[in-house]
Formats: sequence, C-alpha cells, structure tokens
Amino acid sequence: MSRRTWAAWGAGAAVFAALALLPRWIGSDYLLSLAISVLMYGVLASAWALFSGPTRYVSLATVAFFGVGAYTTAVLGEVLPWAGVLAAALALGVAMALVVGLATLRLSGVYFVIFSFGLAELVKQLVTWWEVNVTQEIGRYVFVDITQQDIYWQLLALLALVLALRALIDRTRLGLALRVIGEDETVAVHVGIDTTVAKVLLFTLSAAFMTLAGAVMAPRWTYIDPSIAFAPVISFQTLIMALLGGAGALLGPLLGAVPLVLLFELLSAHFPNHFSILLGGVFMVIVYLVPRGLIGLWRRRSRP
Amino acid sequence: MNLVDVLLAGATLGGLYALVAMGLTLQYGVARIMNLSYGEFLIAPAFLAYVLVVQHGASPLAVLVLALPLGFALQWAVYQLLLTPLVRRTGAGPQLEVDSILATFGLLFVVQGVMLVAFGGNYHSYGYLSVPVQVLGSTVAANRLLVLLVALGLGAGLYLLLTRTRIGTVVRAVAVAPRFAPLVGIDVRRTAALAFGLGGALVAACGVLVSMFLPFSATMGTMFAMKALIVVIMGGVGNLMGCLLAGLLLGFAETLVASFVDPGLTLAVNYALFLLVLLLRPAGLFGRAAR
Amino acid sequence: MSAYSKRTWLRRAAAAAALALCAPLAPAQEAPKSVRIGWAIAKTGPNAGGTATTVTPNYQMWVKEINAAGGLMLKAHGRRVPIEVVEYDDRSSSEEAVRATERLMTQDKVDFVLPPWGTANNLAVGPTYEKHGYPLLAVNSITDKAPQLVKRWKHAFFFLGTGAQYAQALIGYLDEARKAGRIGDRIAMVHIADGFGVDLASAARKAAGQHGFTLAYDKSYPVGTQDMTPILNEVKGRDADVFIAFSYPPDTMLITDQAQVLGFNPKVMFTGVGTQFPMYKKKFGAAAEGVMGPGGVDFDSPAIQDYFKRHQAASGQEPDRFASTVQYAALQVLQQAIERVGKVDRAAVTQEIRTGRFDTILGPVQLDNQMFTNLWWVGQWQNGEFYGIAPSSKPGAKPALLPKPAWKN
Repeated sequence: MSRRTWAAWGAGAAVFAALALLPRWIGSDYLLSLAISVLMYGVLASAWALFSGPTRYVSLATVAFFGVGAYTTAVLGEVLPWAGVLAAALALGVAMALVVGLATLRLSGVYFVIFSFGLAELVKQLVTWWEVNVTQEIGRYVFVDITQQDIYWQLLALLALVLALRALIDRTRLGLALRVIGEDETVAVHVGIDTTVAKVLLFTLSAAFMTLAGAVMAPRWTYIDPSIAFAPVISFQTLIMALLGGAGALLGPLLGAVPLVLLFELLSAHFPNHFSILLGGVFMVIVYLVPRGLIGLWRRRSRP
Repeated sequence: MNLVDVLLAGATLGGLYALVAMGLTLQYGVARIMNLSYGEFLIAPAFLAYVLVVQHGASPLAVLVLALPLGFALQWAVYQLLLTPLVRRTGAGPQLEVDSILATFGLLFVVQGVMLVAFGGNYHSYGYLSVPVQVLGSTVAANRLLVLLVALGLGAGLYLLLTRTRIGTVVRAVAVAPRFAPLVGIDVRRTAALAFGLGGALVAACGVLVSMFLPFSATMGTMFAMKALIVVIMGGVGNLMGCLLAGLLLGFAETLVASFVDPGLTLAVNYALFLLVLLLRPAGLFGRAAR
Repeated sequence: MSAYSKRTWLRRAAAAAALALCAPLAPAQEAPKSVRIGWAIAKTGPNAGGTATTVTPNYQMWVKEINAAGGLMLKAHGRRVPIEVVEYDDRSSSEEAVRATERLMTQDKVDFVLPPWGTANNLAVGPTYEKHGYPLLAVNSITDKAPQLVKRWKHAFFFLGTGAQYAQALIGYLDEARKAGRIGDRIAMVHIADGFGVDLASAARKAAGQHGFTLAYDKSYPVGTQDMTPILNEVKGRDADVFIAFSYPPDTMLITDQAQVLGFNPKVMFTGVGTQFPMYKKKFGAAAEGVMGPGGVDFDSPAIQDYFKRHQAASGQEPDRFASTVQYAALQVLQQAIERVGKVDRAAVTQEIRTGRFDTILGPVQLDNQMFTNLWWVGQWQNGEFYGIAPSSKPGAKPALLPKPAWKN
C-alpha cells in the first residue's frame, strides 16, 4: 500500500477513536440520542451505497433487513445473550438476502426499485400475519439491559466496519468488477465477469449491516410491532441521504447522512407544524441544485 | 358466501385499483416520470370534494366534473415547471427516473404538508350514493359500482383515444420510442406534458370518487401511490388496458383470499402476486406498450 | 357557571383564605416566571387522526383555561403562575417520540411533559420518563402489560385500562344478555392486525370460551384494508347474533357503512375505536342508533355536559366519547396534584398522583396501583349520544338497546 493509503487509514482510525470517546463528553441524553441517529443513518446509508453505489441498483429494501434485525431483538432479546441475538439477526438477514438476491438480481432499473419496495412490504405483511395467527402476540416488549452508550459504540463499530470493508473491496478485483457492472452490465457479462455472484455477494454484505443496525437499535423503543420495525420511511430516508452525499464515493453517504439528520432535527424542533413543507422544499432544492450529490459538487470544484 | 357476491366485490375493488392506477401509468409510461407525489394529488381533490360538498352543499358529481380540468391543469403545470428542467438535464435517459423519484418525493412532502396545515391530521368522511344496488341477486354499494363503471368507461375511452386518434398514436409513439419520436416530427416534451396532465385529470376524478365512500386523511396519499405503482408495473407500464386488467386481477385475488382463505393475508397476497409477476414477466403481464 | 364546579370553587376559596392567614408567616420564595409544560404529539403520520380528535383539543383547552384564570396556583410562592407550552411533532414514530421527549426533558428542561397518542409511542417514551423522573399520565394507551410495566416504571400511570378488561367486560355483558334469552350463543369476531386488535381479540377469544360462546367467525384483516365487503358477506352467512369488530377509525367507518349497504343486521354490533368519534356521529347520525363500542360517557352528568360545551367552543369540534373525557380527567389530576404540592416538585407531584383522590369531570378519581380502572368498558349510541352501558353496576349506566334497530335503507 502506498504511503498515502496508510495515511488515509491512519486518519480514519484516529477519527473513529475520537468518536468513540465522544459519549464521555456529551452530558446530555438528547445529544447522545442525536449522535445515535446520525450513526444509524450513517451505517444504513453506507451499507446501502456499498451495494447500490457501484452497481447503480437503487434499492428500497433497506427496511426489510433493518426490520428483521429489530424484530429478532424483540423476539429473542430476553431469551439469548446479546451476542447470540446479534448472531441470530445476522444469520436471518444473510439468509434472506441470499434468497432475495439470487431470485431477483436479474431485474434491472426501476423494476428493481419497485421490487425492493414490495419486498419490504411483503415481509412486513408476513411477519404481521405470523404474529397475529401463530404467536397471537403482535407487539413485542423489548427490555434488553443495554445503555444508550452501548448502542452508540456498537453503531460506531458497524460504521467503521462497513467503511473499511468498502475501502478494501474497492481495491480488489471484486471492486473492479462491480464498477464495470455499474457502468455497463452487458459489457461486464461479455468481459467474463460473473455478475450474479458479484451482485449477490455485495447485496448480502450490505443487508448484513442493515440487519445488525436494526438489531442494535431495537432496545431504544421498548415496544416494537411490525409497523414500527418495517417503517418505509427508513428506506426512503436512507436512499435520500446516500444520494445527497453521493453514493459512488466512500464517504459520500456520510456526507449526506450527517447534514440531513441534523436538518430533520432542526426542522422538527423549530417548525413542528411546517416540517413536511420545509422538508419537501429541501429535497427539491437538493435535486435541482445538487444532482450528483455533495461529493459531486466537491469534485467539480476541485477540478481546474 | 356465494360466487356472485365474491365476483362483484372483486370487480368493484379491482375497478378502484384500476382507476387509481390509470393516471400513473400514463404519467410513467409516456412522460417517464415516476411520480411519487401521485397519491397526494389523489387526496387533494378528495379534500376539495369534502369542502365543497359538506360546507357548500355542492353535488359530488358536479365536483367530479370540475375536478377533471383542474387536475389536468395542475399536473400539466407541475410537469412544465418542475419536471421539464430535469428532463432537459438528464436528456430523458435512465437518470431521469431516479431524479424524478427524488423530485416528486420532495413534492409529496410539500403537498402533504400544505394539506396538513389546512386540514390537520384528522380523518374526513362523507357519504354519497351509499345505497345498495341489486346486481344479479347480489348487493353492492352504488358508489363503489360507480367507480367500477367509471374505470371501465375511462379505460375503454382512453384505449379508443390512444388507438383510433392521431393524438393517441402520437402519445403511443412517445411511450414506445421517445428517442425516435422526434424523427417523425413529434414534439416529445409537449406530448409528455399532455400525458402527464391527462394522468392528473384521471387521478383527480379518482380522488373525488374515492372520497364518496372511503374515510381519508392528509397522510393517506402514500398508500394509494404504492397501490397504483403495483398495478402499473403489473399491467405493463404505459399500457392502459393492462392497467385495467391488472387492477381487476388484484381486486379479485384480494377478494377471493379474503373470502375463502383469510382476510389477514390479503395484502400479503397482493405483494406476493406483484413480486411473482415482476420475477416472471418483468415487463408486466401485458408488456410495455401504450395499447 | 364557569369552568370549575361549585365544590372546586369552595375548596379554592378555603385554600385562599388559609393562605391569606399564613401569608405573613410563609418565607418569600422566588416564583418561577412560568410553569413549562411540554408535549411531543403526532401532528403528522398515522397517529395524527387520533391525536387531533382526542389529544390536541384537550391539551390546548386545559392550558387556555388555566391561563385564563391566571395560571396554576403555586401556594409555595403564593401566586398563580401561567403555563408556557413547548410542543413538538413526534411524526407518529417511536424513535422521534423518544428523541423529542429527551429534547423536552434535557434541552428545554420543561417542568412536566404530556404524552403522545397511541400505545406504541406511550410505551416508547416510558423509559425516558422513568429515567428523568417525570410523571407519565398515559391515557391514550391500552396495553395488557400495564400491571407489569407499573412495577418497572414507578412514574407511569395508565388511565385507559388493559385490552383484557374491555374484552372480558364485553363478553361478560353479552353473557348476561344471553342468560336473559335476548341473544344466542354465536359470536362473529374480526380484528385489525395491530396491537390493539390482537390484544382484545385474544382476550375476547378466551372469555368467549369461558362463558360458553361459540366463535362462528374469527379472523383478522390488515391495516389499510379498503373494502370490508368480503368479510361482512362471510359473517352474514354465519348466523351469529353478535358481531364484534376490534377496529380502528377508518375501518370502523367502512364496516358501519358497508354493513348498512349490505343490510347486515346482527342483534348486537360492536365496532372498535372510532365508533365514539364525532366524525362517526356526523356521518351516520340516527343510523348509528344501537351500535356499541368501547368507552362511553355518562351524558346525564352536568360536569360532562359542561365539558362537552367547553370543548366544542374551544376547538370547534366535539370530544370523542371514549378517551377524551378520560384525557381531560387526567389533566385535571395533574393540575390538582401540582396545586396541592404547591410548587414544581416532580417527585412530590408523582407521589400525589399515585396516592391522592381527585375531583374530575368523571367524578372522584383515585388510582389503584398506578392504574385507573373506573372506566366505561362498553358504550352504545342511544338517542344521538354514546352512553356507557357496561359495567351495568356503575352509576349512570344505561340499559342496552337490544336488539340493535335495523338499518333503514
């Protein structure tokens, strides 16, 4: 690895170490809560961009995996030790991603978008039906003994992992293959890349992080039912954040997640009655003025 | 429960789904805009109907007639002002679909926010034509039957318009091959705006009809948009007849499952059917072509 | 007569007199400029409808009336202190409700926080209230776990009962009717596939078994169902005297409307949340006669009638006949607890709520193990008003109108 790469990794490690110490300095629950929200969307957006960035497949299935993770915690939280819960969530997420990936990555373009949205809804309906008819207990109470700081650190670890993973993959042949797929899938196939394996692998990795994020966040809500765990707004917000920041770059999604989470918070706190209108306005400004994401803006400016 | 009951219930529900989706299939099929704010433009006319009927004593049918040109004008304006810059910027390529999703997503929040400020989050409901009608020995509500009839009528009417008239052929040309349409002298932008506006007229009519029997609130738009999207994709984007048939299919499937299996699985079956069609025939049951 | 009942006026006059006598002896304490009350409720999202009907008008009217009288009487400072409101939108999301509540407690540092609408969000914010020591007066929340939750959360108070209580009361009431020979033993039951529906349906299933009823139909339907005809047609053919639907406002409206069109006339028709909403009365009017639902009001009580008038005047809409009156009573409890303690001392106020006896529009209120149980479990539309009918032993209970009069089509 070149010196610059070492420096980049070193800087990254330092930043994460500093972030890990953050909770000790934040006195207030509210600010920690905000930090957790930023981290959660940071993980989700980065995991989303892990797959959707290079391949250009826009996925709305984020919440399908997030919800599975959250629900696993809700169901197994008091039965297994925490590590066991996370392992179970991971296993479920990976299994689901493999099935879904193998079945559907033949679709392209907007069909995949719609399909991924339908998938999330289907999972929600199935879980609901199962709870109503088989277990007859739809709301789950989550009383896992975990502090907000623990949640913060777990999310931080997930974020570090997903970014590291993406940086590593970018440097390997898999990363190259994905970029070719993103540019022109027909060419990729003709060049001999096994597009299905590449896509499924990446989709599964992405889903794994989303599932774990859901499992980690669940203890914040005490009560979880399918409409809370599988709320479509999570998929939409993840998408918007990743696209705002620029899904193609490593830090792009973070660049989108941080300002947007803070913006939502600002609008919520100061304009509770006009939140919707202002939010919509901001989105539209983003689309019209910042089409390639903030990363795109930055890159264009740095070019002569 | 006898078969006629099931068929009739399935037909009326299917008619509702088809009508909800017809506007979107035009907007998406011809103008290539994935209009996520579609549902809000269905709820807005419903509120208009509510205000005019409950507070001013107007007849819902009069509001229905009024809604058509209003809906057309509104969506036509939305296309010209908000979507044309995106079309120009992306050259109407695949990036347009992504950009239009984001832009209409923002529009969704704006319109919903305005309705929330104006009407609050409450449910609103009034009844019109909530009278039983006997059809083939089975009872059905007049207002739901009206929806089915309007869906069939509009579907047939638009089909004839698209296949028998010159303007219809122009629209189909733009839907099928937007890049080559200019070669035969078609103004793609104007046609797309026209189709988008037409979709707006359809959705406005649907909103007024729906307000007659469904309790609605400012935040229900998204649910309708998602239902519409499913029907549109299943029927084949831009295919009006396909839309009608797919809507009816979904209505029947839902009713059959509710009557003979378990009403709790209706939505699951909806999505499962949708995903199945998408996997086996991604271009929709009836293919992409504004027939 | 103004907002306060005669008894309250007398009590206040006595307190004022006592205070006047003590005034020279009381140490001068710096009074706060205002008592800051915060709330994070659903202005948008699926909970917005319920919030706008039951929560917002009550919260706003309560604050307005207190401030019109000068504010809350804090006897430790010897004067009235007005209420200042800090409000947020929880967007019907648990995460947002938690964060907004944290914001209220740790950033805005309000004195008291009022909860949102809906079981999910009340439960989501429970740990936050407990952690920061704020009393949680959970009104719009029906959870079977309440008895266990009050052991964990010493600051939580549940005002609307558990699902099991409603279902058992309903089935028990029906059992009496059956023993009197007025209905048969077949019940058709549907419920919405959501926490509320599932809780009540499970309890009803058990109770029906215990009382010897047969469930001729027992199914659920997803949230957002737009056509109840298939279900109603099925139920029609099952020859059941009793039809129970544990439903939410949109489906409650749909079920009633479509039952009317289909000419479905069971002897007993019970629909869920929404039956008691002003929207229901407005849409169905006299046709609603005989429909039962959870909740109810003792409309003959002057306090209730006065409350209805004030609510209509303040917000332009009627209260609902289920949680609205309980919501307002809970606010009265909070106000009286604060005024009895005499200053902003959350621990003392919480203790007062837990043990005190309060005067409200529902009559005297005293919590039992942090729960309020003196509720109307079943109500019925009779002569244009939704009267409480069960428990039949409760003062003000009206006899049921059985069978329900047929729809006039």
